[in-house]
Amino acid sequence: ASTSGAEHASARARGAAVERDEPPAIGIRCVAYNNQSNRLAVSRTDGTVEIYNLSANYFQEKFFPGHESRATEALCWAKGQRLFSAGLNGEIIEYDLQALNIKYAVDAFGGPIWSMAVSPCGSQLLVGCEDGSVKLFQITPDKIQFERNFDRQKSRILSLSWHPSGTHIAAGSIDYISVFAVKSGSAVHKMLVDRQYMGVSKRKCIIWGVAFLSDGTIISVDSAGKVQFWDSATGTLVKNHLIANADVQSIAVSDQEDSFVVGTAEGTVFHFQLVSVTSNSSEKQWVRTKPFQHHTHDVRAVAHSPTALISGGTDTHLVIRPLMEKVEVKNYDAALRKITFPHRRLISCSKKRHLLLFQFAHHLELWRLGSTVATGKNGDTLPLSKDADHLLHLKTKGPENIICSCISPCGSWIAYSTTSRFFLYRLNYEHDNISLQRVSKMPAFLRSALQILFSEDSTKLFVASNQGSLHTIRLLEGSFKHLHTFQPQSGTVESMCLLAVSPDGNWLAASGTSAGVHVYNIKHLKLHCTVPAYNFPVTALAIAPNTNNLVIAHSDQQVFEYSIPDKQYTEWSRTIQKQGFHYLWLQRDTPITHISFHPKRPMHILLHDAYMFCIIDKSLPLPNDKTLLYNPLPPTNESDVIRRRTAHAFKISKIYKPLLFMDLLDERTLVAVERPLDDIIAQLPPPIKKKKFGT
Amino acid sequence: MVEEESVRVVRCGGSELNFRRAVFSADSKYIFCVSGDFVKVHSTATEECVHILQGHRNLVTGIQLNPNNHLQLYSCSFDGTVKLWDYVDGILIKTFVVGLKLHALFTLPSAEDSVFVIINKEKPDVFQLVSVKLPKSSSQEIEAKELSFVLDYINQSPKCIAFGNEGEYVAAVRDFYLSVYFFKKKTTSRFTLSSSRNKKHAKNNFTCVACHPKEDCIATGHKDGKIRLWRNFDDDKKYTYTCLHWHHDMVMDLAFSVTGTSLLSGGRESVLVEWRDATEKNKEFLPRLGATIEHISVSPAGDLFCTSHSDNKIIVIHRNLEASAVIQGLVKDSNIFTGLMVDPRTKALVLNGKPGHLQFYSLQHDKQLYNLDIIQQEYINDSGLIQIELTKAAFGCYGNWLATVEQRQEKETELELQMKLWMYNKKTQGFVLNTKVNMPHEDHITALCFCNAEKFENPTLVTSSKDGHFKVWILTDDSDIYKKAVGWTCDFVGSYHKYQATNCCFSEDGSLLAVSFEEIVTIWDSETWELKCTFCQRAGKIRHLCFGRLTCSKYLLGATENGILCCWNLLSCALEWSAKLNVRVMEPDPNSENIAAISRSSVGSDLFVFKPSEPRPLYIQKNISREEVQWGVFVPRDVPESFTSEAYQWLNRSQFYFLTKSQTLLTFSTKSPEEKLTPTSKQLLAEESLPTTPFYFILGKHREQQDEKINEAFESELVQLPLTENIPAISELLHTPAHVLPSASFLCSKFVSSLLLSKETKSSEEISEDVDMEEGKESDDSDEENDFTEKIQDTNNTDLGEDLLHQLSKSEEKELRKFRKVDYSWITVL
Repeated sequence: ASTSGAEHASARARGAAVERDEPPAIGIRCVAYNNQSNRLAVSRTDGTVEIYNLSANYFQEKFFPGHESRATEALCWAKGQRLFSAGLNGEIIEYDLQALNIKYAVDAFGGPIWSMAVSPCGSQLLVGCEDGSVKLFQITPDKIQFERNFDRQKSRILSLSWHPSGTHIAAGSIDYISVFAVKSGSAVHKMLVDRQYMGVSKRKCIIWGVAFLSDGTIISVDSAGKVQFWDSATGTLVKNHLIANADVQSIAVSDQEDSFVVGTAEGTVFHFQLVSVTSNSSEKQWVRTKPFQHHTHDVRAVAHSPTALISGGTDTHLVIRPLMEKVEVKNYDAALRKITFPHRRLISCSKKRHLLLFQFAHHLELWRLGSTVATGKNGDTLPLSKDADHLLHLKTKGPENIICSCISPCGSWIAYSTTSRFFLYRLNYEHDNISLQRVSKMPAFLRSALQILFSEDSTKLFVASNQGSLHTIRLLEGSFKHLHTFQPQSGTVESMCLLAVSPDGNWLAASGTSAGVHVYNIKHLKLHCTVPAYNFPVTALAIAPNTNNLVIAHSDQQVFEYSIPDKQYTEWSRTIQKQGFHYLWLQRDTPITHISFHPKRPMHILLHDAYMFCIIDKSLPLPNDKTLLYNPLPPTNESDVIRRRTAHAFKISKIYKPLLFMDLLDERTLVAVERPLDDIIAQLPPPIKKKKFGT
Repeated sequence: MVEEESVRVVRCGGSELNFRRAVFSADSKYIFCVSGDFVKVHSTATEECVHILQGHRNLVTGIQLNPNNHLQLYSCSFDGTVKLWDYVDGILIKTFVVGLKLHALFTLPSAEDSVFVIINKEKPDVFQLVSVKLPKSSSQEIEAKELSFVLDYINQSPKCIAFGNEGEYVAAVRDFYLSVYFFKKKTTSRFTLSSSRNKKHAKNNFTCVACHPKEDCIATGHKDGKIRLWRNFDDDKKYTYTCLHWHHDMVMDLAFSVTGTSLLSGGRESVLVEWRDATEKNKEFLPRLGATIEHISVSPAGDLFCTSHSDNKIIVIHRNLEASAVIQGLVKDSNIFTGLMVDPRTKALVLNGKPGHLQFYSLQHDKQLYNLDIIQQEYINDSGLIQIELTKAAFGCYGNWLATVEQRQEKETELELQMKLWMYNKKTQGFVLNTKVNMPHEDHITALCFCNAEKFENPTLVTSSKDGHFKVWILTDDSDIYKKAVGWTCDFVGSYHKYQATNCCFSEDGSLLAVSFEEIVTIWDSETWELKCTFCQRAGKIRHLCFGRLTCSKYLLGATENGILCCWNLLSCALEWSAKLNVRVMEPDPNSENIAAISRSSVGSDLFVFKPSEPRPLYIQKNISREEVQWGVFVPRDVPESFTSEAYQWLNRSQFYFLTKSQTLLTFSTKSPEEKLTPTSKQLLAEESLPTTPFYFILGKHREQQDEKINEAFESELVQLPLTENIPAISELLHTPAHVLPSASFLCSKFVSSLLLSKETKSSEEISEDVDMEEGKESDDSDEENDFTEKIQDTNNTDLGEDLLHQLSKSEEKELRKFRKVDYSWITVL
């Protein structure tokens, strides 16, 4: 009975659904796996770079916003923690992984950069340019420095690979592969690649990827659908595998050099393994083993972690396919993971005015929800008495992507930030007209924000900047006043990514990417306490009304409840930690991205991830591993006794297509924002047409 | 001449050639295939059957070359024995008695004195792979009871077992798992695919397995058409596989080439697929092989492949994927609607063959002569499709005409009928479509018969149909200003009280036509088409109808559905006699008065042979088959037998063949199985089985002699022919297997002297008496043949032979006979 109100509300909200023009989906261009920290860097075609922590259930813990002119073509890790990217604007960029901004950009002066590789020892960086030059850079502790050019080739260098000893490199160009000696910088071999494709001569054969193995074998993948093995000592072709009718676009070799993975434009990922010819001989050969078809479009990038094959492409999915033979125990890592949606909130809502603010890469959209007067049963779609309105379309100035945005609960303020500028707008509602007024003269310290939050009464604005500081600003009619800046803890420069404010406006909770959650007292403007640090990053934060309990969701699907006034975990949280969560709950795919509360039902916690919406009723007993977690709607004809007996604290609804946002507007209304996958696919360019038997 | 034995029912050829994989000899000259209780040795070059290895007493279930002596062949059978053969001479060397039903046979070069067989010991479908130690002994028949168990719970089909890496391991597949047993480690690894409970993998059952000859790689075929290549299978965790997918239906068999560079696969698509380097993109096809590929095998020399097909044929294929030879047996995989017929020209058995075809099957040589495409439409192999079916066929006018009826009925009301009349073309030696009649009747045609009487110069055909009519079709002149032509038109339509016409039959002289209308038999005058009289016995619908022959031509016989056999006298128009007999098959012997009737009882089928003039049967054989007999036919003998016993006299002129429901072709024989087969095939060697065309004589062996005596006249050359060819000492030397020949020093003088030019060839015969005796036997055989061959010979060249005959020695005579056998009919065509 307790859930029916919420579900009824959900029926209403779906009736008031908003139909919008979708922005183009942004495909994955490069992936780079870092073995030391078990992190994965992913760059997208708009220049966005995302960092996934593979140890923390593949949580997207950091991201660097994109830039229109900064299309990345290559991404690589150096010396463990340093991340470099290079792109078509000819610049090499290093990212600051602590402050989450760009450290510096160096122009390579070779035209667009197509490829980049870090030497095995991590001290040198090699880039391949449009003009056919291969440039060697020295990596110094805080910068990179140009060292010299290699012999210039005729056409662009599309792929680069170091020999594990660091003495030679292989460079893939158009129609040929060159082998350079690093010492002299001269080409040792030039290996021509066959242009023929299934008997038909294509115009050009582009070497999309090369890999140099320690035994001197070079593996190349090209636009004619071939995977070829070359002997670098003699410069001869050893073996040829024709695997696709279209381009083979990417290759990644495991560290042990016993397996590699290639991605094709048909969306197929092929796994190659080095197997012994017979069990009693030492002779080994490369064999194509399993094909994986998890993508519909081009697989532009692949990576090979010790236990998994990682692939990403135009269809925006990042797919992590574990290698079953490498997985020791069946756990979270043993299942196929497909990451499609960002692990952060892109939508905010104004409860008072029923407004939704959608954040896109280069614009914001403000919508007013429709409403209905009709009533119906659970699951009914009700007719709208008033349609949803598109109130505002706010385009950013400049080439930079929006980092974050927020609308105040009263609906009269909008704030957003790009990498270099912070914007605050005042909205005025006059009947049906709406006017927008930019608040000018933002202070110098408010240049860039990682997270913005308005207080419940819309009088205060909290901004997490990328230096790790938290600014508190009082909002007045048309102007503002800087109240206070909470400086980061001594010694750390870690940026805060998540903010939560208590409804009474007394407490502010902030969390970074790894360290614990800090709770600040806003009235006294000081740090109140720090929640004990936990191994996994925080994915969502919220403070409950009245009780001021802080609810924290972590990427390993644990949920904690921490009492701010008592500075300790609540009794319920201790109980659930003692008993443990249901195994199915822990096996879920996506992190919890939003937590909210029902103002009239203090025992309820509302939370959602991309595939489910859950109400945790703290008054009910916890489920154990034997009970059914995902209970279907209890049949109405059963008696209340049975229903009560089978009821447990987790009430889960999985009816949603991928769910981006869900919040309670008022006591009887819940708003949900879905993003159907079909809509994303519909925006993509058509995939390569393949003839299928029987069609 | 032939000892009187009791008449037995014997299988006569038409056995499945595709029951097991065919095996090539080491030099790819011969191909071995199982055929019922026999093993047949065919020449890969000429398709001819060279030897029939007989000795097993039950179905042969496996053949393999002896890995230690490639001139020997092992075979195993349901009779529980493993036999070792010398296939070059067709000699049984040894018999190993295992005593259990053997389902398949495998040999390994590494296991010298043992073979592997599949047996089932305990439960009916639990099969085991065991190794049988073959004891070394000089005796012919040896007990081999030393079995050692290898794998349990395997599939009984030999396609599901494969030995790899020179016998280091054996792979077996069943249902959803692959098990690999390593002989050295004595361990079994098992790899399971997710079963059909998972809907996505609904049909990934294993169907067959093959091992790479050089590498540790196992290929498995699956029900959903996928081929998986397994590697690293010695490690339970690190194993890996890759998929090849082209087949849309079950993979029936897989084979690696000898070097392992390519993999061959086949299935219901009737396309042989060659996967080169085991890559998905690099494949070659040999399409349109006619029927489902059941087995694939590869010659040890690597130059040939062969595929066994569901229509009982073996195709020998070159390494470059070109079909080079077809060994075709009796096609069995369709319903027989037409019944058994005998082509009057070739004496071949004619019946339904491939879908839409009539097959001409030579009983003598147990091979298909040719296929006649009747329906002439592309056959689409898809379950649920309603196909056009060839339902009736009849020969007329001594094989000059062939009438066929095809029908297709999708719904009750939509019947498509077509009658085709085919004329025999002497030039092309085949049937040519002459007339096509669409919807000859409104309803199913129940019978059709030609008037075969000699006095009728105008060919006449009668069809009877369920629409209540019978129609008479005659051949008329269809010439126009462009060409002379003949065609068939309907001459007369008869009916009787709207009853369905169920049977029709002409009397022997063609003067009367009997048509049965359900329970009533009507007799019509074939000149005026007047209804002469009717017979009605009220004993149920008439199922069979036939006139008596020769002295009994005044009788008409009818068998009804209620199990009554009636005989009417046409002179008195009265019932002569009737008997209670549930007749299933009634066939008159064309060469005698005898009529054979097969009745069905609860335990089996019984044969009755009788003359219409007397109700007492001449011969009764109970229980000729457990199954229902569907069709029977009398095939005239080339050489009449002379059974003195009264009971067997009915077999003197003709032989009776019948077909059971499971399509086993059976006949009656008095000979022991060893004698039954044609003796000519016994000593035929591959090179001698080349067709003896005139070109063969001009260009073949005789070339050398022509060079020698180039100035000699043609006649004298004929006389000289035998000199080098048929001297017994030479043929003995050349044709006797090396291991039974005496030492070379002993033979030398004989051989050299035989080469000397002597005036009298008799001198060479005197040298060895035993050779002479053999020679005598051989010529006896050929004498027998000649009775037949002389009859069908053209006269232009026999004259020449007869003149010379009186002055020729025995061997010369033989050579001449051989020469005479040559078909010179092609000269008349020129």
